[in-house]
Amino acid sequence: MNTIVTLLLRRLGISLVTLLLVSAVVFLITNLLPGDPAQEMLGQAATPEVVEALREKLGLNQPAHIRYLNWLGSLLSGSPGVSLANNMPVAELVADRLPRSLMLAGTTTVVAVPFALFVGIVAAMYHGRRADSIISTAVMFVVAVPEFLVATVAVLIFAVELGWLSAVSYAPQDPTLGQFLATYALPVLTLSLVLVGQMARMTRAALIEQLQQPYIEMAVLKGASPARVVLRHALPNAVGPIANAVALSLSYLMGGVVIIEVIFNYPGIASLMVDSVTNRDFPLLQACAMLFCTGYLILVLMADTAAILSNPKLRK
Amino acid sequence: MSRDTAEFSRRQMLRGLAGLGLTASAGSSLLLPGYLHAEQTPEEIPQPRYGGRIRVATMSSSTADTMDPAAGSLSTDYVRHYMVYNGLTQYDEALRGQLSLAESMETDDQKTWHVTLRQGIQFHDGKPLQPEDVVYSLMRHHDPATGSRVKPIADQFESVTVTGPRKVRINLTSPNADLPEILADSHFLIVQDGTSDFRNAAGTGPYKIAEFRPGVRTIGKRNENYWKPGKPYLDEIELVGIPDKTARVNALLSGDVQLVNAIDPRSTRRVEQAKGFSVMETPSSLYTSLVIRQDVPPTNSRDLTLAIKYLLDRPTIKRALFRGYATIANDHPVHPSHPFYAADLPQREHDPDRASYHLRKGGLEGLRLPAYASPAATGSVDMATLLQLSAIPAGLNLGVNRVPSDGYWSNHWGKHPLSFGNINPRPTLDMLFSLFFKSDADWNSSRWNNPKFDQLLAAARSEGDQARRKQMYVDMQELVSNECGIGIPVFMSLIDGYDSRLRGLSPIPIGGMMGYSFAEHVWMAA
Repeated sequence: MNTIVTLLLRRLGISLVTLLLVSAVVFLITNLLPGDPAQEMLGQAATPEVVEALREKLGLNQPAHIRYLNWLGSLLSGSPGVSLANNMPVAELVADRLPRSLMLAGTTTVVAVPFALFVGIVAAMYHGRRADSIISTAVMFVVAVPEFLVATVAVLIFAVELGWLSAVSYAPQDPTLGQFLATYALPVLTLSLVLVGQMARMTRAALIEQLQQPYIEMAVLKGASPARVVLRHALPNAVGPIANAVALSLSYLMGGVVIIEVIFNYPGIASLMVDSVTNRDFPLLQACAMLFCTGYLILVLMADTAAILSNPKLRK
Repeated sequence: MSRDTAEFSRRQMLRGLAGLGLTASAGSSLLLPGYLHAEQTPEEIPQPRYGGRIRVATMSSSTADTMDPAAGSLSTDYVRHYMVYNGLTQYDEALRGQLSLAESMETDDQKTWHVTLRQGIQFHDGKPLQPEDVVYSLMRHHDPATGSRVKPIADQFESVTVTGPRKVRINLTSPNADLPEILADSHFLIVQDGTSDFRNAAGTGPYKIAEFRPGVRTIGKRNENYWKPGKPYLDEIELVGIPDKTARVNALLSGDVQLVNAIDPRSTRRVEQAKGFSVMETPSSLYTSLVIRQDVPPTNSRDLTLAIKYLLDRPTIKRALFRGYATIANDHPVHPSHPFYAADLPQREHDPDRASYHLRKGGLEGLRLPAYASPAATGSVDMATLLQLSAIPAGLNLGVNRVPSDGYWSNHWGKHPLSFGNINPRPTLDMLFSLFFKSDADWNSSRWNNPKFDQLLAAARSEGDQARRKQMYVDMQELVSNECGIGIPVFMSLIDGYDSRLRGLSPIPIGGMMGYSFAEHVWMAA
């Protein structure tokens, strides 16, 4: 178990450094974008005099590195700052959206991961036979169709034509089961299709690689049933690559779901970040970037931990 | 609504506009009638029904959403502000400023205005409306830190002073007969004296804010104490933004929202064919303009400017880009339905021969010139492509530089010899000309400099006689059309879609959704 503890500690340190670097890079890039928050807020109405006054008010007339250090200082003291676009605390804005994003990501994970593993394992077990080729073709098809198309077609069929589900996903505070399903069915379906494809392909590839190893031949000769061969012998050895594939797919659920949020008008954290870019709202943008980065690091860490725990050679 | 009902409303609007001449010419002391009941549309003959809630989706919503009228910049903001606040005046269907919070507005010289407030009006928190609230609401635009979007207009308020328990005097820097129309603008809605944090601000309007989350939604609950008898009708309005136009139409057709704005002309048939849904066309003076800079070569050539104007194929733009939901324009910003429209000015046609004549005359044949277009200026990318095609035979080599919406207004609009702009409807011609055509205006994007135009503009503002005033505006339109570096091919109609059970809608041409002020007018039929 010592390996795990050292690994976790070392990873934690690296994560902090990564976050710091990411925040510096995001800040640099934001400053390279044309226009600043004052200009973006005033849009067409930006006259030099008003822009100057607004810059002064928002503290944008300080040099860039001072603004960055100010932000860093306030973050270390526990406050991610105040949004430049609407003067609301960033923490409050994020607190409003984050649970919704996590809810969407969580629901999608619960639906997509078991299904993807099941599909991938079945395909691997029937490797080279008809069931495998049907599954592989279907999976390729699903991966190839862009999500906005899936989402739009799904809305047209289930919301506009049939009227079963709602076209905009905004759940009330305490949804009933029916409301919950009506709200989440379409976005979860769309996201799952994309994720299942990727994860199932990786699962299948990793398992097939194991199934060609000599020890599997040994197990088969010993008389183990096909299910036992796959689940007991091959799968534990494929956990490492599968966990990594799952982690990478799930990290997409944090920040990569902008299109889904736009089409279903789902108020998640990804669209918050897009807003913060268009408004050049630096504190909010930084907060979102930090969140995505943290989420990604946690997922990768979990995948590595799973790989180590499943491998006696690394486990010690 | 079917097209013929839209036609009906348009005719009605024209009648209303014709009436403007009569009301305003009645005398130098201007006494406007009380606010207008919207009882004239055919749908409103049945008794309005009370109760119910609707969900409304507009095209724009982000974390920059605001409750501060001075900072309002997008459709969702305007709708929210008209839900919560009232102005001293409000627009009717002909964009006249009818009295609202003001009981009377009197002036002898168009320079000093005496405003009397209505009695017994309360803010949502129970405080009575005081003249101090009016002073604060109008004068805060002067402070650059307010970030007001209408500061250039507000600068003409020289002083606003309390003169009695319900009385305010507004002194203007120079006479302006259009003050009632200016004050109906959503940026000049009346807030409580001293308000600086607007998140929980109280207004006097038809709906109280129950929830306001920028970029997510706004919920307004019926103001039981609203001062207009019988209004509003709905219990609750939820306001959301759905920026994607396809998603917005889908949300309407699936019954998730009951009213949407900014429907793409290409989607109107889809909405009209669906059972139980209608579209409302508001012919407006919204336009996308071609900005031809008059102070930098090569576009400072008068021949080149005219050649480009002759290359605009207006009927094709109207048909292909807007499916007929547009009105042909004549290179000046006045809509044909306006009483001051220069009807005798010949319509500029698509004329490649004249264009090539001007190019030859100016020695500009074979000139290469990039035009900057962006999705930020509606339709500009397609217009630029059409222009490019019709320019080739005339001997002009135009390139289309498509740039992103992001940062367009600060970095491209009027910053190149050739670019596109997009101008929203303004309530008065004076505002339109002063903001976008006056020689020293910040947004005079073509940098056109014409002292004669400036003189006419100043004279027309203070002119009390309507016939003389109209002649001045006609002269100005001629100058703009023939001399200025702005090409205006068409005016675009605004198209809303709604659930046919929603009643009480009629066009107010300052914007879609009844000029964003639908909230107090609509009800839901059973």
